[in-house]
Amino acid sequence: MLAKRIIPCLDVKDGRVVKGVNFVNLRDAGDPVDNARFYDAEGADELVFLDITASHERRDIILEVVERTAAEVFMPVTVGGGIRDLDDIRNLLNAGADKVSINTAAVNKPDFVRAAAEKFGSQCIVVAVDAKRTRAGSDSESPWEVFIHGGRTPTGIDAVAWARKMETLGSGEILLTSMDRDGTQEGFDLPMTQAISRAVTIPVIASGGVGTMEHLYDGIVQGEADAVLAASIFHYRTHSIREVKQYLHAKGVPVRLV
Amino acid sequence: MHVSIIDYGMGNLRSVQKAFEKSGCTAGIVTSAQAVDDARALVLPGVGAFRKCFENLDRLGLISSIVSSIRSGKPFLGICLGLQILFSDSEEFGSCPGLDVIKGRVVRFPAEQRDSGGRLLKIPHMGWNVLSVRKQAPHLSGIEAGAHFYFVHSYYVAPDDPAVIATTTGYGAEFVSSIWKDNIFACQFHPEKSQAVGLQLLKNFTSFADRA
Repeated sequence: MLAKRIIPCLDVKDGRVVKGVNFVNLRDAGDPVDNARFYDAEGADELVFLDITASHERRDIILEVVERTAAEVFMPVTVGGGIRDLDDIRNLLNAGADKVSINTAAVNKPDFVRAAAEKFGSQCIVVAVDAKRTRAGSDSESPWEVFIHGGRTPTGIDAVAWARKMETLGSGEILLTSMDRDGTQEGFDLPMTQAISRAVTIPVIASGGVGTMEHLYDGIVQGEADAVLAASIFHYRTHSIREVKQYLHAKGVPVRLV
Repeated sequence: MHVSIIDYGMGNLRSVQKAFEKSGCTAGIVTSAQAVDDARALVLPGVGAFRKCFENLDRLGLISSIVSSIRSGKPFLGICLGLQILFSDSEEFGSCPGLDVIKGRVVRFPAEQRDSGGRLLKIPHMGWNVLSVRKQAPHLSGIEAGAHFYFVHSYYVAPDDPAVIATTTGYGAEFVSSIWKDNIFACQFHPEKSQAVGLQLLKNFTSFADRA
């Protein structure tokens, strides 16, 4: 049976992890490759690097990070943040990334998703959807609206319709983040996760708000997510990935125990 | 042992190369028919679309070298598209011919498959899944039952002759996740992305090639 994936997310700025494993066992808590190796040993199913480097001119740095990671860690790696054109994607894949996550560029130019999927295959194109509850009671399809620029800019786009459109254009996966829950540690937005997961036939990764192991369980069971992503609970060592998997396994969720 | 990884512009061969190096052998990237002919052991990786895979191999003039290398008994490892392309044809984009080294078809996961809870199964089949061993290939030695491998695909192979099936995997129904026939081992999953068990499989392939 296909295992539900547990995915730690690492924020990388100028080649250093700014939100990563805060733990003494690492030689250097800021080195992305150290962090990747650590999560690999703990049994993470995938890794996501979110490049929050402010300047587009410094993108070579993340390529070097991906290259060093891919030489040591043999699991799927997704890179998101600042991806604007096909060259950005090609460079990341050549460096050893398996998938790229596209957010703002997809909203600015939806055909970019189609072009990317045609060029590189749907399997490596993830569309990141940042959404917030804004329109309860209005006549749009759902109460959730897509935001861009890291959640600062509203787009007026309905999140459920958007996810469906991204699937049609060739996205292989949706990385869904609740901007209402992100950073709160109150748990995923479960109704939104379930609505999006049911609206598309591609896998959905739930993100935003995880504070406990139960939140991860709820995201999978109630939210119907195919994978769950978290940063803080792993970063601050609230729980290890191994502990999370054992917990989920005991509750009957199919996971890969290592 | 030195393995030669065929580059035809379809994806993650650097990962495959690095994984082989990590598993303890040397690996080079080859792009010409001559280099395929000269190789001691061949690896055909690949992600993406079947038709483009065939077109690229054809355009680079690699098809006859690959087929004759396989027929001559050279150790061969196919990964993902490198498994699918061995078959007679694929239903991806209508119908498209393959290398026809293994008789059978490449078919898409049926839409509307549901899990035991009644939910629609997502396509692509993406993530970690287990193998049921049908035939104990040397490539799988030392890998425990229940070990997970990483998959990402929407199509799978349906061989005419079930005797070639090495493993199957459950996603809705059981599908063929690897085949083994003489010098050919080919898998739908990605050993280069499957952590320790994946590296073990690559190491097994190298040992198999050493003995060949």
